[in-house]
Amino acid sequence: MSHLSAATRHRVAFTLNGRPVSLEAEPRLLASDALRHGLGATGTHVGCEHGVCGACTIQIDGVPARACLTLAVQLEGRKVRTVEGLGPAADRLSVLQASFRRHHALQCGFCTAGILVSLDAFLHEQPHPSEEELRIVVGGHLCRCTGYTPIIRATLEAAEQLRSDPSLPDSSHV
Amino acid sequence: MVAGLKVAVENWPMAVERVRYVGEPVAIVVAQDRYLAEDALDAIEIDYAPLACVVDPIASLASDAPVLHENAGANLVSDRRFRYGDPEAAFGAAAHSVEVSIAYPRNTGAPMETFGVVAEYEPHEDAYEILANFQGPFSIHAVMARCLKVSGNRLRLRMPPESGGSFGVKQGVAPYAVMIGVAARVAGAPVKWIEDRLEHLSAAVAATNRVTTLKAAVTKEGRITALDWDQVEDCGAYPRAPEPATLYRMHGNMTGAYDIRNLAIRNRVVLTNKAPTGLVRGFGGPQVYYALERLMQRIAVELELDPLAVIRANLIQGGAFPYRTASGAFYDSGDYAKAVDVAVADGRLASLERRRDEARAAGRRYGIGFAAAVEPSVSNMGYITTVLTAEERKKAGPKNGAQATATVSLDPVGSVSVHVASVPQGQGHRTVLAQVVADVFGLSPAAIKVVADLDTGKDAWSIASGNYSSRFAAAVAGTAHLAATRLRDKLAAIAASQLDVSPGQIGFAGGAIFATGNRAKTLPFGRVAALSHWSPALLPDGVDQTIRETAFWAPPQLAAPTESDEVNSSLCHGFIFDMAGVEVDVETGKVRIDRYVTMHDCGRVLHPAMVDGQIRGGFAQALGASFYEELAYADDGAFLTGTFADYLLPTSTETPDIEILHIETPSPFTPLGAKGVGEGNCMSTPVCLANAVADALGVAELNLPLTPARIAALIASPEPALPAANRDRPASLGTVKPGDRTLRGEGMAMVAATPEAIWSMLLDADQLASIIPGCHGVKKLSETHFKTDVTLGVGPVKGRYKAEIKLSDLDPPKAATLSGSVSGALGTGGGSGRVKLAPGEGGVTVISYTYEAAVGGKVAAIGGRLLDGAAKAIIGQFFAALARKAAPESKRTGFFARLFGRQT
Ligand code: FES
Ligand code: FES
Repeated sequence: MSHLSAATRHRVAFTLNGRPVSLEAEPRLLASDALRHGLGATGTHVGCEHGVCGACTIQIDGVPARACLTLAVQLEGRKVRTVEGLGPAADRLSVLQASFRRHHALQCGFCTAGILVSLDAFLHEQPHPSEEELRIVVGGHLCRCTGYTPIIRATLEAAEQLRSDPSLPDSSHV
Repeated sequence: MVAGLKVAVENWPMAVERVRYVGEPVAIVVAQDRYLAEDALDAIEIDYAPLACVVDPIASLASDAPVLHENAGANLVSDRRFRYGDPEAAFGAAAHSVEVSIAYPRNTGAPMETFGVVAEYEPHEDAYEILANFQGPFSIHAVMARCLKVSGNRLRLRMPPESGGSFGVKQGVAPYAVMIGVAARVAGAPVKWIEDRLEHLSAAVAATNRVTTLKAAVTKEGRITALDWDQVEDCGAYPRAPEPATLYRMHGNMTGAYDIRNLAIRNRVVLTNKAPTGLVRGFGGPQVYYALERLMQRIAVELELDPLAVIRANLIQGGAFPYRTASGAFYDSGDYAKAVDVAVADGRLASLERRRDEARAAGRRYGIGFAAAVEPSVSNMGYITTVLTAEERKKAGPKNGAQATATVSLDPVGSVSVHVASVPQGQGHRTVLAQVVADVFGLSPAAIKVVADLDTGKDAWSIASGNYSSRFAAAVAGTAHLAATRLRDKLAAIAASQLDVSPGQIGFAGGAIFATGNRAKTLPFGRVAALSHWSPALLPDGVDQTIRETAFWAPPQLAAPTESDEVNSSLCHGFIFDMAGVEVDVETGKVRIDRYVTMHDCGRVLHPAMVDGQIRGGFAQALGASFYEELAYADDGAFLTGTFADYLLPTSTETPDIEILHIETPSPFTPLGAKGVGEGNCMSTPVCLANAVADALGVAELNLPLTPARIAALIASPEPALPAANRDRPASLGTVKPGDRTLRGEGMAMVAATPEAIWSMLLDADQLASIIPGCHGVKKLSETHFKTDVTLGVGPVKGRYKAEIKLSDLDPPKAATLSGSVSGALGTGGGSGRVKLAPGEGGVTVISYTYEAAVGGKVAAIGGRLLDGAAKAIIGQFFAALARKAAPESKRTGFFARLFGRQT
């Protein structure tokens, strides 16, 4: 797919939360719009579309990325993970999600999807996060409701739980 | 969409004939998808004829200021004076008079989710169905229906069960809901609109900016005997409903937490060329308390008293509640002195003072700030009519109250649903309501289903419904409790008749209904709850049904304003006392919050974690207002903060943890004793932090946001107390002017050609066409006047512009002045520059230039911080192309092609 014509739609195929998906996309279609409107995966939120708020954060091959700054065609052949893929099942929460709920780490929940996706990736890299490190990771996101402290507390607790019981369902990376 | 104000201002949801602010809608494109719609937008060309504009509220009062609405005759659309007690006598007798001048900036709630609307029109019914993330107040439903020219029952407004934050702002979706409704009618199809962030920041809802002068008459001991307010409120280009409510919401509590019986207020409302204002968390409180609590600090400084002692000396005494203020508020409950005592106790204040003393001893700038505020909640629908005279009010008919409604239903298997006329945006409606209702029925909260969407076509609601003025805990949850209690009493009557005991003996717990003291007599809750469905004939006398109970609750304390303009503007009045220690870095102008303590009395706390969540969230927003956030405009009306890179929200690295304390004095006026709590820190925190910074730097006048640039200016010249003669200088003319985005620069380039050759190129249309970056051909209108189309990109905005270039002050082949203008859908620009050509060594010409340019429109709003760089790059490209063109390929060397640019 090295040459794309602006005027035509191209079939883009990738893995979304472990399942193969595909859609027709103009080259200019944003990944965020492809997920939300093309595939109906509306868990990924859009708050600014200029890369600042972090609400649209997804994992592409395990690495957090702004879906609003990514073109749909760039997802070709990749493994994409969104908030819908964090829990072990549609009706179950991941350890981090459950901790968010306990700590009231969300109010309106609009920012939450992106923050969970970033933190999920970070906790895999750094299972022993300090508060300072977490503040920096969450600093890549805007939350207008919580004042952040409950988010940091929830993550510290989740990290501890994950460390003490590695069989917990947060390692379902796909 | 005009509010209670009687003023001849046409108030359309989109521009008609004349555009009055950047961001005002001028066209709606409906297409199959958003990408196509944006393509179409790019194809629209609008020829604007620039008019003079005014952005400063004080300047808008001048007799020669450009008038926004000719029919209104002036930008001053309301001017009311109020007088309570005998303020003149109090000032006459006072030992001291202390004064502050404030220019409170514009900011906004900036919820992470923007506006969204889906509208449908049914032509046979002439009816609209509009789904919008509106939040109330539902008084606006009437305004919207009127706008759409249908009766209220033909506007079915639906609100989703959840919404990505509001903080008041989602009230502002109303004019857009109307426009999308019209679009659906015209298109003959449902139309969906999701606002983008630029649209949101430029034209959703801003809090009012306000210029205030506040004076106090003070005794030698620091006791305030009178206040004199002069407020100039800037509502932007249209006083859109419910404005000027921001100015009047605090009317009853203009004396704050203090016992002050003499009060004078002058309230002016002005219009300027900025976006219309509306509800934003704190709604009128930040503007008032910034002035009032700065004044308290100034009294302490000027009278050389301890600031906390001044606050304490003036607080309303604990035994005085319920307390009627001078302007008519009826404070329900409180013990302010106790709240302050608890807050400073346990070494909290002592440790702040120790840290300050240590920091100061080490030569660092550390300050302590305090703020006390009364947080009103559950607004009186009638307060806004205080903007009218008693006479006008009589004509318009009385308005008052704050009706709340809630419905509790039981289904045929006896499970419980709750519905309230409030729209959650993250305040935990479901959690709190489930808990409140579960407690009534002795069920677990998990057994209760809370239905949180709202449909004006089917659900119970009133004009006061909605999720605003922190009314959820105090009014809405209380009303749900009322409805549940009524149902429970009926269920008790049923159970009593079945168990053959008296209703008074019936208890509810653990999913069962039983006779207290005789657990053998027990029925499952579901069985009794379902009876009304299955066997209505078995209902005992006096019980009509137990299927659905809708309660309405209207507190009698919320009366209409009196003849003499006293108004109980809100039902509940919570109390906050904040203290902060901050350290100012004199090198960087950065303020570090060392400690922050916030004490709240919000009556009975219904759900501690939710309450603390509201406090932390409010604090974070207030932090933004204090240090980062301003919806900034240039003098020419250009909007400058259209992205989150320009309008900065605090992130987790800037938001410190805070210490939250509570005392509880339950409100006697609400069913559960609760008061609102969500807005308090937006009122108390900005001024508490400003007081701390003022203490650290020893300055008298400071305005928000306290950006490093402002702090640096304050440090550079510590402001002495203003001499009395200067005090009427408008505070808005402060030192640092945000939003001055004039581009200035100079530079130099060397080109391997003679000055004459270069000169002739600059006057040749074809040559210019190949030199100007992004040029689509140059048309020569005269020897010195060119017209061209160019495509330019600044940061994320790339667009096509029409440009005109004129040459003047020609001194061939040595110098010329170039002036030009560009305009396009993305913005406008204009400027001029002087270019000089001087022969250098070896056939090289040294070109030097200076320029000054200004830009407006979208480019200014979203490319702000990139403009300098972009200008430099474009000029660089121009001379690079000139050098390439002027020097034959063979002669060009690295040296000749090199460009020097020095920008200031
Ligand atoms: S929507 Fe992508 S960063 Fe804000
Ligand atoms: S929870 Fe509302 S924005 Fe974070």
